[in-house]
Amino acid sequence: MADDRTAWKEMSSINRDLLAPLQSATPAYFLLLIVLGAIVALGAGAWYYQVDTGIGQTNLHPPIFWGVYIASFIFWVGASHSGTFISGVLRLSKAEWRRPVTRIAELMTFISLMIATLFVFFHLGRVWRWYYLMPYPNQRELWPNFRSPLMWDAIAVFTYATSSTIYLYLPLIPDFALLRERIGGWRKPLYRVLSLGWTGTQNQWQVLETALRIITPLIVMVMVSVHSIVGWDFGVSLVPAWHSTIFAPYFVVGAVHSGVGLVAIGLYVLRKIYRLERYIESEHFDKIGKLLVVTTLVLAYLYFAELLTIWYAKSPDHMWVVDALLIGPFAVPFWFMAICIYFIPLATLTNPAFRRWPLGVMLVGVFINIGMYIERVLILVPPLSYPRLPFNWGSYFPSWVEMTIIVGSLALAVLLYALAVKFVPVISIWEEKEGLVHGTRHGT
Amino acid sequence: MTDVNQKKSHKWEMVIDLDRCTGCEACVVACHAENNIRISGEDEAAQGRAINWIRIERYWEGEYPNVQTRFMPVLCQHCDDAPCEPVCPVYASYHTPEGLNAQVYNRCVGVRYCGNNCPYTARQFNWFDPHWDSPLEEQLNPDVTVRQNGIMEKCTFCVQRIRVGKEQAEKEGRPVRDGDIIPACVQTCPTSALVFGDRHDPESRVSQLARQDRAFHLLESQGTHPAITYLKRIT
Repeated sequence: MADDRTAWKEMSSINRDLLAPLQSATPAYFLLLIVLGAIVALGAGAWYYQVDTGIGQTNLHPPIFWGVYIASFIFWVGASHSGTFISGVLRLSKAEWRRPVTRIAELMTFISLMIATLFVFFHLGRVWRWYYLMPYPNQRELWPNFRSPLMWDAIAVFTYATSSTIYLYLPLIPDFALLRERIGGWRKPLYRVLSLGWTGTQNQWQVLETALRIITPLIVMVMVSVHSIVGWDFGVSLVPAWHSTIFAPYFVVGAVHSGVGLVAIGLYVLRKIYRLERYIESEHFDKIGKLLVVTTLVLAYLYFAELLTIWYAKSPDHMWVVDALLIGPFAVPFWFMAICIYFIPLATLTNPAFRRWPLGVMLVGVFINIGMYIERVLILVPPLSYPRLPFNWGSYFPSWVEMTIIVGSLALAVLLYALAVKFVPVISIWEEKEGLVHGTRHGT
Repeated sequence: MTDVNQKKSHKWEMVIDLDRCTGCEACVVACHAENNIRISGEDEAAQGRAINWIRIERYWEGEYPNVQTRFMPVLCQHCDDAPCEPVCPVYASYHTPEGLNAQVYNRCVGVRYCGNNCPYTARQFNWFDPHWDSPLEEQLNPDVTVRQNGIMEKCTFCVQRIRVGKEQAEKEGRPVRDGDIIPACVQTCPTSALVFGDRHDPESRVSQLARQDRAFHLLESQGTHPAITYLKRIT
């Protein structure tokens, strides 16, 4: 009985703690919004300039037709795997420690996918004709080409964006209902619509649980297929060192690697700003750290398998690329990348004491994401730089327009997250309470 | 197939005799004039963005002082199994019934996958709107589209000349004769290293040359089945 009473007291403190970020905003918050908004405006200006004058504002040239826009697209689709992997897999395996993590990760998925989609538009040569890619017949009854991996990609990303939005929204419904009761002002009517008349009846809970049970395994499958298809954009081509069967699994694992790293960053920052130490404990960083060790090892294994087979076969058109990476002009970024995504995580996160140090795990997440971004660029540029006819070899470094757009889109991602934090609770309130009830009723 | 046999379809192909090529680049100039290829200027050329539908690849053979220069004209190979075609999401790159690998400028949205997937780097992209210094714009070929910013382009085998040749033959009520249709590069080659014609006509010069022992295809192992046959005596 006494346990139950403390549990009820806890409930109201959960409400208080987790609603606090939505109820007030500091001057620093507004300053952050202004700074981010300014960077986004710069990026938008750079994009306008590029559309107005020509895609030549990038530094792309034959034979390198794809550059950092596509690399960023892969990176952000990869980043979106944070939510689906962490939240989906943990929900499936009923891991109790998922409760304070899922919402943070799902929001990341949702926002990363929006940013990833933007990069398709940044990349197009004639972006004003983007609707030619829409799957409907034109006036000559010609459909888009469904044999093109880029069409598979468009369909996959659209499916993923739709399903991950639903996946973010479903567990938000009870929280929206709570917000409808607790928060007034302009947001109240919005919450009323979004909560879909949720009153918390037994029937509604059952429907919600069933819906979550159905969508969770589906979203995990969609996640695997989406990044496989992004990998096949490269794997099915003829380009030396792209044409490889390992690309699909490699892309999926790489995406999870950077996605989990991103979750570590998000957990740390939100916990710090909103003082969520009671909810996001060092145990969570420990678990995230263990996951990162697994993804590091799997990724390193795949990378090794790929390099070994190419190196042993010594087929010249593939070897040009591998040589350029290991000892050639791309060696510096390559080894920096290897340090960021393999050596640093292995050297630190295998130590149990380190894993319980939130700042440390967060910093490893930062290194992993820097490394994975470089890795995306290295997947694209070196193979394209060494086509089979050596007369056409080239090299590439992004222009200031490309870099401004990339920085602008990163700022947009953070800006959207900062705005989202004021609109939805970053930790699922009802799931946190559910965990509390499970804990007290069944013992942990 | 019966229809094809009755109407006697064409299969346009080219032969490039490397033993005859002197690397003079007259073909490059002729192609620029015929096909309204933009003038890129020094800066863009230095960035590797100069558009050439045909280029002379120059390779060095041997060790100093016994160095030999080898020239290899490379243009779109009009592959029968073209890697650029399936990857285009909007069918801008497609195969004509006469074996040409065509680029439909109006459909192209500029995803540039075709450029990556072409093993010959034959595809060129318009990074900006084209520009001709006055009075060069006065000599644009009215039979050829001027390509705008943001789309892919490449050798067409001078499809406008193929059109004219076929229409003329039809008007005169006769089949197209070997040599009626000549792309600009072939017409201008001073050593006749380039030969163009119909491979469905076994007696055409291009068919006779392509049957020689010296014949090979560029990057044959890629399985693209190019429509361009190179001739080179193996020494």
